[in-house]
Amino acid sequence: MVERQPPSGLQLDAAAIKARTRRNLWLGLALGGFVVLVLVVTLIRLNSGVGVPERM
Amino acid sequence: MTDASLTSPPRHATAADYVNLMKPRIMMLVVFTGFAGLVAASSVTGIAMNPVMAAIATLAIALGSGAAGAINMWYDSDIDAVMTRTATRPIPSGAVPREEALALGLIVSGVSVMLMWLASNWLAASLLAFSIFYYGVIYTMWLKRATSQNIVIGGGAGAFPPVIGWAAVTGNTALDAWLLFAIIFMWTPPHFWALSLLAHKEYAKVAVPMLPVTHGAKVTRQQVLVYTLLLVPVSLLPVAKGLGGWIYGLAALGLGLAFIAYSVRLWRSDAGDANASGEGMKRAKGTFAFSILYLFALFGAVLVEHAAGLHFPLTGA
Repeated sequence: MVERQPPSGLQLDAAAIKARTRRNLWLGLALGGFVVLVLVVTLIRLNSGVGVPERM
Repeated sequence: MTDASLTSPPRHATAADYVNLMKPRIMMLVVFTGFAGLVAASSVTGIAMNPVMAAIATLAIALGSGAAGAINMWYDSDIDAVMTRTATRPIPSGAVPREEALALGLIVSGVSVMLMWLASNWLAASLLAFSIFYYGVIYTMWLKRATSQNIVIGGGAGAFPPVIGWAAVTGNTALDAWLLFAIIFMWTPPHFWALSLLAHKEYAKVAVPMLPVTHGAKVTRQQVLVYTLLLVPVSLLPVAKGLGGWIYGLAALGLGLAFIAYSVRLWRSDAGDANASGEGMKRAKGTFAFSILYLFALFGAVLVEHAAGLHFPLTGA
């Protein structure tokens, strides 16, 4: 098995790694929040009959 | 370039930097006025909006404001780095790369417009998209560096939130909504010019043609007074139309008279002059601070009347 080497010239110190992890966490939370919001909106619209074709 | 990123080691961006990129203080005012428009529309027309949808529409207005702020900071990072007041912002301080700010602005713009469309209707979403474009492109990229009337015309961008809130509930934009628009539109010049009297040397340094830079402090102080005198009757129009009741009318009158008093004191001062006294600058600061309180209180009165069932119109149309 070949061991992966970090790309040369890219040295992140501990603080930079910590900051990146924190940013990724917030980004993940924001994306998750967006998905939940779209889900909630969709459920409300479906419950109120928006977008549901009328039956003849 | 004289920004901090060249003279000190790069700072690692925190979540707060990304929040600051979205100009949270402006966002608060935008959300408040947008929410007031939303509540007033529901009360006046009797159309009830699902509370969750209303909350999401309000969030979309907040995100739209933040996106426009991020685009503004991306474009203005060159002059922000030179001005003391803005040098600590996330881009000039080296915390957030320019391209990330632009990406954030564009992505959040799309998200906000999409959320608004899902939670309300295409008109509110279109108005939100247009207001982001107005602030991010028309004001920031064109007007701000082109004309001394930048803030007068550009003020339209910040005046949209109550119209967007109204459209989110009703699917149209009634005269009532445009009256709220007119109030913020007329309020923006005295609000911003009071600030520019404090920061005119910085604007001159970066060649941004703010009124005190192009026409001098005396003309700016006169214009603050003129626009305040125009603002007060405009703020009373909702009373004549029936949108504002007793509470709003009294608030608009009292706050308007106080705003005029601040502007008269500023007009008679030497604020912004080359040899301005401390007292003059204090008056400019006071006028700027009061203008913020003025708008919060005025739209607070709209909210109180329409949300708490205290709307007793003096007249109706």
